[in-house]
Amino acid sequence: MSKIWTRMGDGQAVEMTSDELRKDLIEASEDAADKGKVPLLDDNEIDKLMEIFSAPWRVIGVEPGHEVPLTKDETACTLVSSQLSSGAHLPISREAAVEIFERVFAFDTMELGWIDYSFKPAKPMVSLDQVSIERLLATTVFPILYGAMPNMGLYYTPDGPCTNPADLLGMMKVEEAREEEMKAAEMCMEDMIFVCKRMAEVGADGIDFDTTASAGDADFLATLKTVEELKKTTNLGIEVGMSGEFILGMHGEVEYKGKRLAGMFPHDQLKVVEEAGADIFGPVVNTKTNKSAAWNVARAVTFVKEVCKQATIPIHANVGMGVGGTPMFETPPVDALSRASVAMVEIAKVDGL
Amino acid sequence: MGDPFGMSLTHAIASGMGGIRTAGDLVARMQLNYRMRLPEAKKYVADKLHVSTFDLSDSTVMRNLREELDIGLIEAVPGMAKGLAAKARIADLLDIRIDAVEILKAQLS
Repeated sequence: MSKIWTRMGDGQAVEMTSDELRKDLIEASEDAADKGKVPLLDDNEIDKLMEIFSAPWRVIGVEPGHEVPLTKDETACTLVSSQLSSGAHLPISREAAVEIFERVFAFDTMELGWIDYSFKPAKPMVSLDQVSIERLLATTVFPILYGAMPNMGLYYTPDGPCTNPADLLGMMKVEEAREEEMKAAEMCMEDMIFVCKRMAEVGADGIDFDTTASAGDADFLATLKTVEELKKTTNLGIEVGMSGEFILGMHGEVEYKGKRLAGMFPHDQLKVVEEAGADIFGPVVNTKTNKSAAWNVARAVTFVKEVCKQATIPIHANVGMGVGGTPMFETPPVDALSRASVAMVEIAKVDGL
Repeated sequence: MGDPFGMSLTHAIASGMGGIRTAGDLVARMQLNYRMRLPEAKKYVADKLHVSTFDLSDSTVMRNLREELDIGLIEAVPGMAKGLAAKARIADLLDIRIDAVEILKAQLS
């Protein structure tokens, strides 16, 4: 029996039989359905994935007419920063990097972010970034967003003023740990609102909250409350991109409008993001490196398809290194990436990537 | 994350609308600032441009149409609207508010 050449979740090449491939697709969909309590992929969708992964071509694409707009986190940094942002360290400005994405790479939108891509370190540099955004708004045609990570962990010792909850939990000081998390969430929210309102002042088209909830449920709450405030007071379009498929209950009891945030899977995350007023939601499904690329894509598509089904706002799935079925490798293989990209559009029916 | 060739460019070729090479920027604007899902955003833009939704991602159709409408081109053509001037024309064409354009108007008044 002829073998299908594909990838593992760490990017390594692997050959599978058709039966092995189908088994992986079904198992992955079952895994997502079981964990997220979402519907399985149906037979037609599994067949479509078989077609996508069995295609002999190195790079594949969506059907003409099915193309989607792209948004992207930290992308100017991928040209000007170093390995910390998968960056090429080109000796050009961030503004030039954004213009390259418009008029060389034909991106649909682009964002500018501070090199240290979190709101806390961006705050002291906000006037510089305001001017950069102003300049880009004058020189580009496509929508310009400002992007940064909430990254609430930066407000804990040794980086910030709040006692690190991980230290307190080790001493069984659960309530004290929770208090520190809420203090950090308040500070994080204040910084995010401050920076975003400065971007609204200069006319930015939008804000991209990237890697939301990386520090757990309190981090997520800080972002949701920030979105709520920004939608009340500015015209900013807002994209909320997540950090993981599951909200970590670092606090455990944080609620937003009566809904407990800890333990939320993507379709639940969507609902609170919509309630907060965001315009675009970016769900994340994490890649398992010891499973095949097909397994990872099927699992990601199962989660994201349900998000798209329930959404009232556009869904731009995160399909980057280590998420959305993409291998966890610094130079993701284009064969695997193009298959993940196509599967998200053709099967999950995302509104963008 | 991931290198720009492996990540951004591959997505752009496999699935992207094509930015100002086509009408990707216009559809993205309706999503970001007007919460429109993809079919609605494409239909809105296509109706305003008097083309089909299929045409929106076709660079041969959109290159000429963008020049005719003077709403920004991917290559640098002398005399054609660029940057904020193109945005102002897009705001009129799509009948939408673009804050950067409004700020410019306020600065000029």
